This record gives sequence, structure tokens and C-alpha cells, in this order.
Amino acid sequence: MGEYTLNELGSIFAMQGFAGISLFSVLLLMALGLAIIFGQMGVINMAHGEFMAVGAYVTYFLSSMTETYLPGFMPYYFLFAIVAAFFVAAIIGYFAEYALIRHLYKRPLDTLLATWGLSLIMQQCFRSIFGAREVSPTLPEWLLGSYQPTENIHIPLNGMFVLALTFFVTAGVFYLLFKSRWGLRVRATTQNRQMSGAVGINTKKVDRYTFALGCGIAGIAGAAFTTIASTGPTTGSLYIVDTFMVVVFGGAASLFGTIASAFSIAQAQSILEFFISGSMAKVYTLLVLVLILMFKPEGLFASKVRR
Amino acid sequence: MLDVSGLKVCYGQSEVIHGLDFSVPKNQTLAIMGRNGMGKTTLFKSLIGLLGASDGSIKVDNIDVTNMQSHERVENGIAYVPQGRMIFSNLTVKENIETGLEVTGQKKIPDDIYSIFPVLHEMRNRKGGNLSGGQQQQLAIARALVSNPKVLLLDEPTEGIQPSIIKDIARILNEIKAMRDITIIVSEQVLSFTMAIADRIIVIDKGNFIHEDPIENIDTQTIKKYLSV
Repeated sequence: MGEYTLNELGSIFAMQGFAGISLFSVLLLMALGLAIIFGQMGVINMAHGEFMAVGAYVTYFLSSMTETYLPGFMPYYFLFAIVAAFFVAAIIGYFAEYALIRHLYKRPLDTLLATWGLSLIMQQCFRSIFGAREVSPTLPEWLLGSYQPTENIHIPLNGMFVLALTFFVTAGVFYLLFKSRWGLRVRATTQNRQMSGAVGINTKKVDRYTFALGCGIAGIAGAAFTTIASTGPTTGSLYIVDTFMVVVFGGAASLFGTIASAFSIAQAQSILEFFISGSMAKVYTLLVLVLILMFKPEGLFASKVRR
Repeated sequence: MLDVSGLKVCYGQSEVIHGLDFSVPKNQTLAIMGRNGMGKTTLFKSLIGLLGASDGSIKVDNIDVTNMQSHERVENGIAYVPQGRMIFSNLTVKENIETGLEVTGQKKIPDDIYSIFPVLHEMRNRKGGNLSGGQQQQLAIARALVSNPKVLLLDEPTEGIQPSIIKDIARILNEIKAMRDITIIVSEQVLSFTMAIADRIIVIDKGNFIHEDPIENIDTQTIKKYLSV
């Protein structure tokens, strides 16, 4: 690091730190969905990355539609794309649960295989519909450019937007989970499924909507993702590993843990990436992670309850 | 109100409840007594739908619930207080009670629940898991009661609870019976508790009913003999 002045180093940390925040946002949105699905029904959704890709492709699709038929609408389409990404991913998730996953709840290893199969099917669908090439939506003007607090620091606007979006979605998930009737059902079912049925909660319905919601959030992650990178058929599978890392490291049942671990993993990777190559950055992050998990196998914030 | 006929329950291939017939009218409290392992809990679990019946039928108010899921049975008027209470220990007391409101469509816990269980109002913001055994038992009863059941099932409500609280629970159950048109079925091993609340006693042994008496004719010595190991 000798060749950088102190001032430059500061700028590098600020900018890479902010790039890390964009990664953090996408990882957090992905991990939130994965964590609530795992918490609710113990299903490890290997196809979660593909639900993110669904969101990204929906955004791309809407962008090219708007460009062709409604060019005047370009500045606003992105907001609608986020909503559409949520609903399309949620609806596909709803049907996937109905057709496939609900039959396998009592067989955790089979759900792993089945969702992996689902991910392959979805990847091939993307390839057939949108082609194997990576695509990017045309971003509206207001998402381009950067904010320049000092001469050396450029903070991209799209990153700030994604961060704000993540904040709202996370706040929404917290509200739903801890203040709403649906959240009460989810928390009751997570604790004791049989008893929840015996007090009158339709646990199967709760499962289906929770799965749909988790997939919908992955869809939002996909829409956010399009602002920082381009989308290909295998984009989802590239992110699923990092997302698992976030969930495991954070402690599977804790939302705060998920946030903290998404932040630390994203920052570590992004800052290390500037000084060493991307793959070495990943190696070091993983090494540290493995070490920490050896001493704290439940993850960062395991919820403290009597068992 | 509750009519059970020819009910058989199996675990895998082995039948543990051998064709029980009984019915309980409105405003009656039935106590099912028996030693450990005689099928009390199995019977209760099959009534609420946690275990499937392999034969026979269960009717509430002439509606056949035999093939329904647990939550549908709750909608049709059965409420269940399980053995060991099974409250949601990570949810607050208030949230625990609210889970029982699911089938009623109400949002707010009715005031009369807190007047029956004042201690729950005091503790409403605590985690269920931090309550004492007796308080948890009251919470489990309150959670069952807010669904406005026609039939209330209580599986060994006195298990692991100190004698003074047992008296409270008996008083509460009698209060509930006086306030609402409700059928109560309770499984029990403690005879004094049963005598304080029941209108009728049935003794179960190895999955069969072997003795039945209205409370007026009870010979406590006979019942004690059935319950002793």
C-alpha cells in the first residue's frame, strides 16, 4: 500500500466502502428472503438466486418495453419495475411452493435437491427466453452519475438508491414480522408448528405466503442488482453462495445477525478487492469466516432461548 | 355437543385407542381419568387432529370434523390446551393470546379474558417462556378460550403445578363454565381436582373405557383403585 498517500487511501476506503455497501444491499435483500424461508419451514432454497434473476430480467424486460413503446416514461419506469419484480418473483414462488416444495417439507435433503433442480430449470428458461448473453436495462438518467463530496471521492448515485431501497424493504420486513398479524402467525409457526395448527393457524397457508414473500424480496434484490451489474442466466447462482454465507454467518434465525453479517462480508470483500484480486479477497473472507464459525457455530447472533 | 363414536387411533400398526364411544352435552364437564400410558393424551390429540383417527367419527354440534386439519377443527369450535402447556415461549403473553384469535377474525383481546386471568394482564408484555408453570397454564387456557370454543379440551392441566394454583385453576374452569355455554373435557390423574370441576367421570385403561359415573355417585375408593399403579 506504500504508493498511496494518506489522502488517497482515505478516498479509496470511502469509495470501496461504498461499493461494498451496494454489494451489502443486494446480499442483505437476498439473505432476508432466504432467512425467512429457512426460519419458517426449514427449507434451504437453492433456487433463491434464480428468483433474484427473475427480478433482474423483469426489470430488463420493462426497460426495453418502455424504451420501445413509451420513451417518455423512461425516467419513471424503474420504480414500477421494482414493484413488478417483487410480484412476478412472488407469484412464481407461490406456484413453486404449491407444485413442488410443499410435498417435500418432511424431507429436507430432498428439498435441497428439488430446489436445485428448479434453479437449473429456471436458468435454462432464462437462456431460452432472453438468450445466453448478459443484458442490462437502460437506467433512468437520475440513477446515473455520482455525488462528489471531495475531489477524489466519487459516490455513485445508483449505490445510494439501492441502499435506500434496501433500507425500506428491511424496515418493511421487520414491520411485517413483528407488528402484523401475518408476522405473528409466522413466529408462532416457526416455534411450534403443531401447536400453531391447534390454536387455529392455517400453517400451510402461512408457508405458502412466506415462501412467496421471500421470493418476492429476492425479486426486489434482482431489480436493485441491475443497477450495479449486468444480468445473465447464471447470475443467480453466482450470488447464492455468498447469500448462504451471510445467512449461516449471521445465525439462521436472527434478522439482526443477517444484517451484521451481510455488512461485514460485503465490506471485507469490497475493500480487499481493491488491493488484491477478487478471488483472493474471497479466499481471505472465507478463511476468516470459517475460523469464526469454528468458535461460534450458531453464527454471530444466535437467538437466546431456553430449549 | 361433542359426539365420538367408534374412535380408533393407531401409531403405525399398533392400535392404542380401541373404538371409544362417548358424547358430552352442552354445559357439562367430563373428566377422563387414567394412569400414565393409558391413552388419555392420544385420545386428546386425535380429538384436536394432531393424530389422525384410523376409524370412527368425531362430531361437534353435528358437524363431522373427523377428517379436518387441526385449524379447521378450531374453526368448528374445538379448543385445545395441551399437556405441558406448549405456549409460544418466544412470544409475549399478549401475542400468545392473540394467536388464539386467528379463527374469530377479531383484532383485540376481549376484556373478559383479562378479567378471568388478571395475572396475564399484568404480565402481558413479558415473554411467555418467562412465566411460572401456573401462569403458563392460565395462558394456555386463555389462548384456547379466545377462539370462543364450543368444546374445550384440557390435557392434564394440573401436571407439575403446585396445589394452591391447582385450586385456582379449578375455580377458573368453574367460572368459565358458568359464564359460557361450553363443554369441557379434561384428562386428569388428581382426583380432588376432578371432584371440584367434573360432572361426570370416565376411567380409561389401555385404550378402553372401563368405568363411568356421574359425580353424585362417585365412590372415591373405586376410582383411586383404578388410578393406583
